[in-house]
Amino acid sequence: MTAMSGQKTIDPEQVRVNKSPLHGVWALTNRELKKWYKAPFVLAMSLVQPLIWMGLFGKAMNIGAIFSGSTFNIPGVTPQEMAALAKTMMLNTFGTSDYFSYLAVGMLSFITLFTAMFTGMSIVWDRRFGILNKFLSTPISRNVIPVSKVLNSAIRGIIQAAIVLVIAVGLGMDISHISALGILGTFVALFLMLLGFGSLFVTLALRATSWETQMALMNLLNLPLLFASNAMFPVSFMPTWLQPVVRLNPVSYAADISRQLLLGSPGMTGLWYEFLYLGAFAIIMAIVGQIMARRLLSR
Amino acid sequence: MKAKGGRWSEDPTLRVNVYMETNVIETRAPTNPANVIVSVEGLTKSFNGTVKAVDAVSFQVYEGEVFGFLGPNGAGKSTTINMLTTILKPTSGKATICGYDIVKDAMEVRRSVGVVPQEYTADEDLSGIENVLLCADLYGIPRSVSKDRAWGLLKLVELDSAAKRKVDTYSGGMRRRLELACGLISRPRLLFLDEPTLGLDVQTRTAVWDYIKKLKEEYRMTLFMTTHYLEEADIMCDRIAVIDNGKILKLGSPKELKDSLGGDVVEIDVREDAADISDDLKKVELVKTVKKEGHTYRVMVEMGEAAAPEIIEVVRDKGIHISRISVTKPTLDEVYLAITGRRIRDEQANWEETMSTRMTMSRARR
Repeated sequence: MTAMSGQKTIDPEQVRVNKSPLHGVWALTNRELKKWYKAPFVLAMSLVQPLIWMGLFGKAMNIGAIFSGSTFNIPGVTPQEMAALAKTMMLNTFGTSDYFSYLAVGMLSFITLFTAMFTGMSIVWDRRFGILNKFLSTPISRNVIPVSKVLNSAIRGIIQAAIVLVIAVGLGMDISHISALGILGTFVALFLMLLGFGSLFVTLALRATSWETQMALMNLLNLPLLFASNAMFPVSFMPTWLQPVVRLNPVSYAADISRQLLLGSPGMTGLWYEFLYLGAFAIIMAIVGQIMARRLLSR
Repeated sequence: MKAKGGRWSEDPTLRVNVYMETNVIETRAPTNPANVIVSVEGLTKSFNGTVKAVDAVSFQVYEGEVFGFLGPNGAGKSTTINMLTTILKPTSGKATICGYDIVKDAMEVRRSVGVVPQEYTADEDLSGIENVLLCADLYGIPRSVSKDRAWGLLKLVELDSAAKRKVDTYSGGMRRRLELACGLISRPRLLFLDEPTLGLDVQTRTAVWDYIKKLKEEYRMTLFMTTHYLEEADIMCDRIAVIDNGKILKLGSPKELKDSLGGDVVEIDVREDAADISDDLKKVELVKTVKKEGHTYRVMVEMGEAAAPEIIEVVRDKGIHISRISVTKPTLDEVYLAITGRRIRDEQANWEETMSTRMTMSRARR
């Protein structure tokens, strides 16, 4: 062994390593974020997408025009009275005088919902390429893997929502009720929703062996979650059998909180109750996700 | 041990020769059996309660040696490695690595071992250096240390000039080297190599082994590898465990395994339907057994080169003409055939394995 004397020896204690149970969270989160902010094309696409949605979808569904009086005439009613009537009808229906504002704020919720749904996808890829196994052989806590995935999509979702909001304001969203506190509250609600759905989809992905199953699952759930919510249409005008479903859907609460805080609309229920509901959803999903991750990642 | 400084020739054309030469000196260096680094007792893993992927396997790995797992796909190689690297939990049995129990002290085990998986696990969207630093972060190594280490390792595997390039521009050989760097960032005492040269062409394979040898020497590691390239196992491993259907069928040095076959084989084809001369052949010195199949005699001898002329003489004396003669040294291939009853190349993997192998190979060839 004398020939070895000049060489480095392996001494695990030589370096003081970080043994905190949370170490690795940021490393893994940043790994995923880098795919986004270091890839100009992906970044641009994720910014263009909300712009297109907002510009086409938001502007195309010009529901306000239906009531504007230009589509029909009632004898004895002047255009001024007609306009006032239309405004009242819009206010009573959507809680704001123009549908674009209503939809734009709803869109904050469902764009973040879609971001949350993709949370699980990268776990499926990591498993397929053997990357997951490599991570499992390193001294990180099993929980760090799902936590970093959820954190990644939460950060992305919040940034996307901020961009959507800026675009919406630029395209003429009603800003008469907007306030810093209102915006902060909105993003807290969106973050809770991202946390809840992100955890849910990570949990579902822990078992998925192919990305096709995960894709099918996402496709199965995304539109029902969107339509059975008040993101695009107020719950009070929905059929009675659908209303309880909408009132269970966390997307409804995120959208409703956003409208109360950004547009000053009357809420579905009280603001604090809605925050409580979203918070409970997020915490329960996160706990379930952590338990399932511990169980499924250490077979 | 070799002289210091002259480990690796600066002339790349000489590398293969140096590699072959040092190989003999180094890996066959006596290992101290007292220093057991991996101890496995009755390790079993069953899936879905019934299928036993690994069935009560017991063995020991000594510090400083190169230990190889040889076996077909689905034999239980990867399952065993996955248990030892704490990715899977054993159904029953016990194993310790560096004295740590793989279940109870899983975190300590993870800190002491490095893994170079079969797949290319580096993130293609990140650069080489970013990948190595990511691994360092997962081991909790502070940046002040890991930066130097990462660059040192990348230099060692000659990726320093490509370190800032995205991994999707790397060739298969470069990726393998990057995996090596990632697996070594924590300076493990024991490195697991799962099919480290899968899908690489012969030249790249030799080069990759080159790096492995260099790293093993630099960091004085124990290597635990799996391979299905028999020549590779023969050259690289100090000891080999042949595993099939979840059980270790044979364990020993490549020489022991080959000797267990009973020596060299002399095959003689005779021209005419003459009388059986097996008994006469058996009387020849060095000959152990004789088997006649049609016109062919299969003679097991101790030293083929010395015995063959004697055998020819005996056959000639009987007035029989020899139409063909061959002397074969036993290869690991034959050992494998004798132990498992199949040739390793005939193995038909199941669909999923085939696909994942193909995926790895296609990524390797890019």
